[in-house]
Amino acid sequence: MRLSSFRRAHRCFFFFCLFPSRTMKLIILNDYDQASEWAAKYIRNKILLFRPGPDRFFTLGLPTGSTPLGCYKKLIEYYKNGEISFQYVKTFNMDEYVGLPRDHPESYHSFMWNNFFKHIDIKGENTHILDGNAPDLQAECQAFEEKITAAGGIELFVGGIGPDGHIAFNEPGSSLVSRTRVKTLAKDTIMANARFFDGDLSKVPTMALTVGVGTVMDAKEVMILITGAHKAFALYKAIEEGVNHMWTVSAFQQHPQTVFVCDEDATLELRVKTVKYFKGMMHVHNKLVEPPPSDPKKN
Amino acid sequence: MPSNRSVSDAPITQFINCRILRDHRLQREDLWVREGRILDPEKLFFDEQGYADKRVDCEGSIIAPGFIDVQINGGFGIDFSQASDDVSAGVSFVAKKILEHGVTSFCPTLVTSPPAVYHKVLPQVKVHGGGPHGAGVLGENRCVRPPPEDELQSFPELVLTRSSICGPFGAGGWSGSQSVVRELCQRSITCHSVANLSQAEDAVQTGASFITHLFNAMLPFHHRDPGIVGLLTSDQVPAGRTVYYGMIADGIHTNPAALRIAHRAHPSGLVLVTDAIAAMGLPPGRHTLGQQVIEIQGLHAYVAGTKTLSGSIATMDMCVRHFKQASGCSVEEALEAASLHPAQLLGLGHRKGNLDYGSDADLVLLDDALDVKATYISGEEVWRKGP
Repeated sequence: MRLSSFRRAHRCFFFFCLFPSRTMKLIILNDYDQASEWAAKYIRNKILLFRPGPDRFFTLGLPTGSTPLGCYKKLIEYYKNGEISFQYVKTFNMDEYVGLPRDHPESYHSFMWNNFFKHIDIKGENTHILDGNAPDLQAECQAFEEKITAAGGIELFVGGIGPDGHIAFNEPGSSLVSRTRVKTLAKDTIMANARFFDGDLSKVPTMALTVGVGTVMDAKEVMILITGAHKAFALYKAIEEGVNHMWTVSAFQQHPQTVFVCDEDATLELRVKTVKYFKGMMHVHNKLVEPPPSDPKKN
Repeated sequence: MPSNRSVSDAPITQFINCRILRDHRLQREDLWVREGRILDPEKLFFDEQGYADKRVDCEGSIIAPGFIDVQINGGFGIDFSQASDDVSAGVSFVAKKILEHGVTSFCPTLVTSPPAVYHKVLPQVKVHGGGPHGAGVLGENRCVRPPPEDELQSFPELVLTRSSICGPFGAGGWSGSQSVVRELCQRSITCHSVANLSQAEDAVQTGASFITHLFNAMLPFHHRDPGIVGLLTSDQVPAGRTVYYGMIADGIHTNPAALRIAHRAHPSGLVLVTDAIAAMGLPPGRHTLGQQVIEIQGLHAYVAGTKTLSGSIATMDMCVRHFKQASGCSVEEALEAASLHPAQLLGLGHRKGNLDYGSDADLVLLDDALDVKATYISGEEVWRKGP
């Protein structure tokens, strides 16, 4: 009797994970650490349930910046505990500065190496980051799109947003159907970045290569991490107002499967009704991050 | 299975679960080695898309650059200054034995001897790299009293290459002219000296760079003439130059307070040396070494039947531990005094004495008490502590 109810629970779990509802989810956690952990567990489960193998790579889109750091730390922890492997995972990064040496500490190559890649078992050949020093930048962007297509598209694209609601370097006003391209950075972004370049504006890169909003929209699933009070207005614009190219992240209202993961601070500009509704859903959404049933055939 | 055929077929080793000494601090980083040199894993990952062929689990050890002993007169019953026909066998024997003390290269040192000994011994000491056969020989070092100028010309040529061990020296009933200093520097001879401070400063300006075992065999510090000791805080040292000084940190040759004074005054010039004699590494008791009978009690080696010290018998790892404990310095400083500083002194800082990318993978693995667990030369394990 007990065994059969256990089995039924498993069946429900599989059903839930394999056929999730086609809707936008807003996950509200107490703080940054909890939000990071929730996001990491979600990614872990996605990879495990995909059952990647030599002929079946899981494709993962990845962001840089301070928001995803906690999530990367947790994923590294799961790798070190033996819960997941990245042997059969292909990654595609969202963006990279133009003209910044690859080994510059602020380059996104350095960021990914130091904060994620060097700690896990992923192979160099399975990671993809745009080359901001390529002789032909447009060809580099075109090639990046082709690599995504060749890998079978992206299963899960993880992103963060800026306070002005930009996703990757798709600054306000970017086309919502844009593809990977060269982009001039907004003044706000350059000023915000100056702190990483000795406060010297002249050292801050002014251009970047970035995936387009359309590139991310093509992913099967999108997860956006938003934490901190300074992102609260952007979250409000992203989910409570209409789709608007001045808040490029709002485009994901039209994506069939998007998860916004945020902390309490980021909800400060939302309606009480919105927050209450999604908090009321947490007992359902939390099933997504429960440890998946153990499987002797680990990837 | 070589993982990066395009650049090199050589296998890549990744040392994991370790703390490595880089940029003057211990860092939780893996250490990557290919073709005997330290590899930049980020370049390997992005440029070559390569990965490690072999992983070595260091079980939480510290990895430091291999120790370099620039002043060692012998050990394990061998005296380098014994003019025999088989000096090189003796040097090889010691080279092999000091691996377990973390020493990956050294300068066999001759004590002051009659010219005939130099002529006999020096040609037999060959500079060569290290390996499973033993620590590398970086060139030999002669510790001499300042010779009269006319005798200097008759000294045999030294085989030292690229190194520049020189001792500031000067008058002590003898006029140390600039030409002698220059000659000694060019020929990499280390001298005992009884110079006063201004003579020592002259010597430094002429090219001298190393004070042979500070405090020992030199005039004691006096506040009106600090002597050679005063070089540690001299304002006459040319910009960009560092005066290095040897320290026998065995707890016997230098009082811990004197060690602390030197370290606090001039930490970046401190070079740990063993200045070990043939009795180093021998068990306690009486030993006949050449003409002498020596009695070993603990860390003391006495001329048998007396309380006269006959030289140092401390090993390099012992000196590192004692230096850290006596001076209260950090683990990083203690390790660099036995690796980075001697390498810089020898002008080899670009490839030895550090764990920077491209440097020789001469490594010593230590536990937190700084006991040696394993030694590597050119990325190859040459010694490991038994279980």
